[in-house]
Amino acid sequence: MKSISETANANVPKPVAAAPAFRTRNGFIKDLMRNHSLYIMFLPVGLLLLVFNYLPLAGLIIAFKNYDFDGGIFGSAWAKPILNNFDYLISSDAAYRAVRNTILLNALFIAVGLVFEVGLALMINELRNKVFKRVTQSITFLPFFISWIVVGVFTYNLLNYENGAINRIVEYFGFHPIDFYSQPGLWPLILTIAIRWKVTGYGTIIYLAALAGIDNSYYEAASIDGASRWQQIRYISIPMLRPTIIILTLLAVGRIMNADFGMFYAMVGDASLLYPTTDVIDTLVYRSLRKSGDIGMASAAGFIQSTVAFVLVLGSNWAARRIDKDSAIF
Amino acid sequence: MPVKRFSISQTVIILIITLFSVACLLPFLMVITGSLATENDIINNGYSLFPRHITLVSYKILLLGSNRIIDAYGISLLVTVVGTLLSVLVNSLGGYVMARRSFKYRNILSVYVIITMLFSGGLVPWYIVCVNYLHLKDTILAMILPPLAGAFNMFLIRNFLLSIPEDIYESAKMDGASEYRIYYQLILPLSKPVLATVGLFVALGYWNDWFLGLMFVDKQEYQPLQLLLRTLVSNVEFLRSSSNAIDMQRVAAQLPSESIKMALTVVTIGPIVFLYPFLQRYFVQGLMIGAVKG
Repeated sequence: MKSISETANANVPKPVAAAPAFRTRNGFIKDLMRNHSLYIMFLPVGLLLLVFNYLPLAGLIIAFKNYDFDGGIFGSAWAKPILNNFDYLISSDAAYRAVRNTILLNALFIAVGLVFEVGLALMINELRNKVFKRVTQSITFLPFFISWIVVGVFTYNLLNYENGAINRIVEYFGFHPIDFYSQPGLWPLILTIAIRWKVTGYGTIIYLAALAGIDNSYYEAASIDGASRWQQIRYISIPMLRPTIIILTLLAVGRIMNADFGMFYAMVGDASLLYPTTDVIDTLVYRSLRKSGDIGMASAAGFIQSTVAFVLVLGSNWAARRIDKDSAIF
Repeated sequence: MPVKRFSISQTVIILIITLFSVACLLPFLMVITGSLATENDIINNGYSLFPRHITLVSYKILLLGSNRIIDAYGISLLVTVVGTLLSVLVNSLGGYVMARRSFKYRNILSVYVIITMLFSGGLVPWYIVCVNYLHLKDTILAMILPPLAGAFNMFLIRNFLLSIPEDIYESAKMDGASEYRIYYQLILPLSKPVLATVGLFVALGYWNDWFLGLMFVDKQEYQPLQLLLRTLVSNVEFLRSSSNAIDMQRVAAQLPSESIKMALTVVTIGPIVFLYPFLQRYFVQGLMIGAVKG
């Protein structure tokens, strides 16, 4: 199909453009005139992306400026020592803590997520009852569609000190209730459970699709040779999932500097007692921007986050491309 | 003999999956029963799956008692409907242009779109652009415009449209149709399945969004439902982490009751649960189109 369209493509412009040299010089303007309606159709998204994506990218320079409201991004004066905002950022303990929390928590989420998603996909794949398979898939996918705000409410129902379901059970067995919202040490675990509850069902979909794509003859041959079901999983299913696992993990590692703001803000919010283990770059930037109005520090933290993410995205995409050409984003 | 061993592992697997499924459903059931329970039951016995007394009082208060909740529902509905329609329109236009093989610069445009998927200027410059340059502060547009153009959705549409043979465009042009007419009368009807998928993606995003409201909307009349829910919950959380007990009790008396919070949660997730069968099917379909790159 591609070849047909390309030959059609090559045939069309020839009669129009008489002199090739002339065409290359004015190629764009010519095309603009001939295909003006296509350009107009692209205009809305072109402008929206320019304003909401490209302008903020250029706006990263704000980290080197002394922001004032009237000057905006481009009119504000440069910071006096040019790295002033960064000096200020580095001298604060909060920044170090946020970077550490972001990377460690994301690493934890990626590792646990991998085990749960692959594990659940393998288990669902083993189910022989079709109805049970469909129903459980529907149920486990449901939490994905709920906002983190609502998950925050669910969590509060379970964990709050006075009426929380867990504390009621704890009390029933004669123990003292736990004040979860003042115990930072417990929150990496709580957040991991919440994230698994919300997205495990969603995460299994791609693995299930990969499992469904495995040729049945592998399993048939293996069972003729006397391989048990477990051996078939170990030596056929898991190796066949390996490329998918590697690609998805690499892409997740590419985003390791970006925390899920929605989750942290909805689950932890203003409970500052929990910040030692739950304050991440995104929540720190948000607070500096909206609560304390410290745009210099927020922009410096954001600049570091964006540049490191830039390198990580390129690196992980490069690695993904080396493993499997079709799985890279670009 | 091997059949018997199979059924043992089957039982174990079924048990694990059942437990996980129940865990996925339990919080939903808890808010539903919580919204039906009386305030006294919650305070005395905590949240439980089986309330002793069932009452619809909190839903009544929700409907009649507070304009803020009705307003928030209206705002969320408005943002979702307008945002979804606009988003499907502009993204399908963009995807269509990128899918036209005879269009010389379509690859340059694709790169222009992909870059936005990979690199981000982050929160601060984005916020300044929206507030200083576009003056979106405290407007409803602030909750509609920023996520309108989406690279991922555009590529879903483009990939779908790439399966349409180029000959169709050629013959339509031969018949004297303009590009707009080709898009409107030919492409839009053909791309209904992918537009439904994208439409549901986008609608879910708008309905569940509260981040834009949090960033830009301080005016209470414009607060969307999710943000209102957040405000009610966070008040309690804030009280929990504040140390002054006397202050806490004084403010706590003015807070909406626990069961009203649960009722608000139920009406917030209601439309999603109601539409879930469609959502699920189209989401899986969309994920599969997205996974297969064009």
